[in-house]
Amino acid sequence: MKLSTLLTSAALALGVAGGAYADAHEKTKVGFVFVGPVGDGGWTYEHNQGRLAVEKEFGDAVETVFVESVAEGPDSERVMTQMALDGADLIFTTSFGYMDPTINIAAKFPDVKFEHATGYKRADNVSTYSARFYEGRAIQGHIAGKMTKSNIIGYIGSFPIPEVIRGINSAYIHAKKVNPDVEFKIVWAYTWFDPAKEADAAKVLIEQGADVILQHTDSTAPQAAAQEAGNVITFGQASDMAQYAPSPRVSSIIDNWAPYYIARTKAVMDGTWESKDTWDGIGAGMVSIGEISDAVPADVKEEALALKASIADGSYHPFTGPLKKQDGSDFLAEGETADDGTLAGMNFYVEGIKGDIPK
Amino acid sequence: MVRLEKRPQPSRAFSWATPILAVIATMIFGGLLFAALGKDPVASIQTIFWEPLFGDFAFYYRPQLLIKGAPLVLIAIGLSLGFKAGIWNIGAEGQYIMGAIFGAAAGLAFYPTQSVFIFPLMVVAGAFGGWIWAMIPAVLKVRFGTNEILVSLMLVYVAEQFLASMSLGLLKNPEGFGFPGSRNLQQYASAHNGELIAGSGMHWGVAAALIAVIFAYVLLTRHRLGFAIRVTGQAPKAARFSGVNPTRLVLFCMGVSGLLAGLAGLFEVAGPAGQITIDFNVGYGFTAIIVAFLGRLHPIGILLAGGLLALTYIGGDIAQSQLGLPAAAIQVFQGMLLFFLLAFDLFTQFRLRFGQAEVI
Repeated sequence: MKLSTLLTSAALALGVAGGAYADAHEKTKVGFVFVGPVGDGGWTYEHNQGRLAVEKEFGDAVETVFVESVAEGPDSERVMTQMALDGADLIFTTSFGYMDPTINIAAKFPDVKFEHATGYKRADNVSTYSARFYEGRAIQGHIAGKMTKSNIIGYIGSFPIPEVIRGINSAYIHAKKVNPDVEFKIVWAYTWFDPAKEADAAKVLIEQGADVILQHTDSTAPQAAAQEAGNVITFGQASDMAQYAPSPRVSSIIDNWAPYYIARTKAVMDGTWESKDTWDGIGAGMVSIGEISDAVPADVKEEALALKASIADGSYHPFTGPLKKQDGSDFLAEGETADDGTLAGMNFYVEGIKGDIPK
Repeated sequence: MVRLEKRPQPSRAFSWATPILAVIATMIFGGLLFAALGKDPVASIQTIFWEPLFGDFAFYYRPQLLIKGAPLVLIAIGLSLGFKAGIWNIGAEGQYIMGAIFGAAAGLAFYPTQSVFIFPLMVVAGAFGGWIWAMIPAVLKVRFGTNEILVSLMLVYVAEQFLASMSLGLLKNPEGFGFPGSRNLQQYASAHNGELIAGSGMHWGVAAALIAVIFAYVLLTRHRLGFAIRVTGQAPKAARFSGVNPTRLVLFCMGVSGLLAGLAGLFEVAGPAGQITIDFNVGYGFTAIIVAFLGRLHPIGILLAGGLLALTYIGGDIAQSQLGLPAAAIQVFQGMLLFFLLAFDLFTQFRLRFGQAEVI
């Protein structure tokens, strides 16, 4: 009896303490929950670069804390709670799998702001944000279509989720546009980061004749495999992967979270923060295109940069009709562009891609 | 000259002292490691061991210890029975996954019907999932003499692929906008393994872990089967002469460990985790092996070891956030614990002798 009374009062104190501690300090405290190690060279590395940019921007006015390699599920709930208890004003949770945990913990700490990357659930104190990586994929597809000699482009997919499928479609559409004979071979690695599996996938694709490898996984193993094979080009993913430039890595898609993290931290400091959904691309600087190396002919580079500019200023949308779905049904009519809802839930290939999306 | 001499009898005193010495040595060398990283060693150790238990927010962390420790203890208890008898189930991680999948699937099959029978059915299904996955290496071993270590370990990777497939396909939330992951069982009252007392961290998994400890204790000390397990581990030939059936023992030990791992998975997915996702498993099945050995394969010891390891996980995360310790340093710290345990364990069987060996 006594125990249960004690625990109930402790549970009540949880809410009270959270509120009290949130105001008991002057510095704005920003917490980051990372799914991988900050040294992964890819996804988490770039989020951590964003964190460092926040520190640099605001100096002594902010304090940032982070916990790396946090498993999705109850562990992430604990880490978020701990940050909130320790007085964080704003917490960035940087993996899709933190979605329900973020919503759960946000409900317990109404005074703390939460920002969840790549999810779709929001609350009064939970915003969501993600980047339009498919815009970068369009540029990759263009370069890939121009550069391939075997007309076989290999693609290492992570998981068959809308985010990845969108990237495959975008790259395919733009490769096909400049090279009607192009063919995509897709291997699903079922991992975001596993150098051994990614290397195997790259080797399989190279053996099947691919001389361009695109990847939606975060390690540099495909670059290493391409270098070994020779005459195969790749693109950096999440990070620049410049150590493999000028070849095999000829360009890259870089996640650039710094402008967003700075803006949101500023909003909390100014008291203007409100819950919203942000989906920014090349135009807003959330997606950067890494230096296109000299391995790419000057005219192709010029076209790629022109494509980038037209996407950035909004004059061109990578999903512009006429486009059909893989099964031949209509997707977009002439001149029509895909709406965000369709893009967010994309679960079909466009016409021309062979194979089925694994179920 | 220093040399090792085998003790005529394993030292009981050392057997008990080893875990304590290991913890002390880990604190000392861990402290040195943290100091080398430029962090205050005393503050680091204090954050890891003291903060979760007695810090400002202990009211939150203490229940978390139960949540983190329960699956470790539940799995480790099952493993310890086999380990005592020399039956090595290394694949508890896979059995944990299968338990979660079977259990969650049983519950989701009835969504959105509300009924008091759903949760008990899920418990049975979860236990069955873990049990059947452990039966594969067990049956292969007794029928064809395959090595259960390899088979059970390999089946972990099969289970992981199965988990990915379920998250993306059969069990995917139909209202999840195409994203992977099942419905959240926390939002399905009949299937939710919620806290038994609000804010206490006590869920059915914690209760099951405590029951398993008592069950294992009674089994090992009072039951004929427990005797058979101990004899088989210590003297397999003697065990045969005393009428122990090795086939049945393998099936029993593998079965129970799989069943408990499956239950741990079910309680986790229905409670703290809530969802079947691609990354649902976080290594409890492997960490439980450390817990089993840290606890000397003794039920009470396992209970304490599970608590200790849960403490280092929770304290480790706090130290990361508050002191900026890298996650890798925390992992090294946890690794040290097992290393020192095994190192000090040597002295249970051997003692140090100084000076020249006597000529016999």
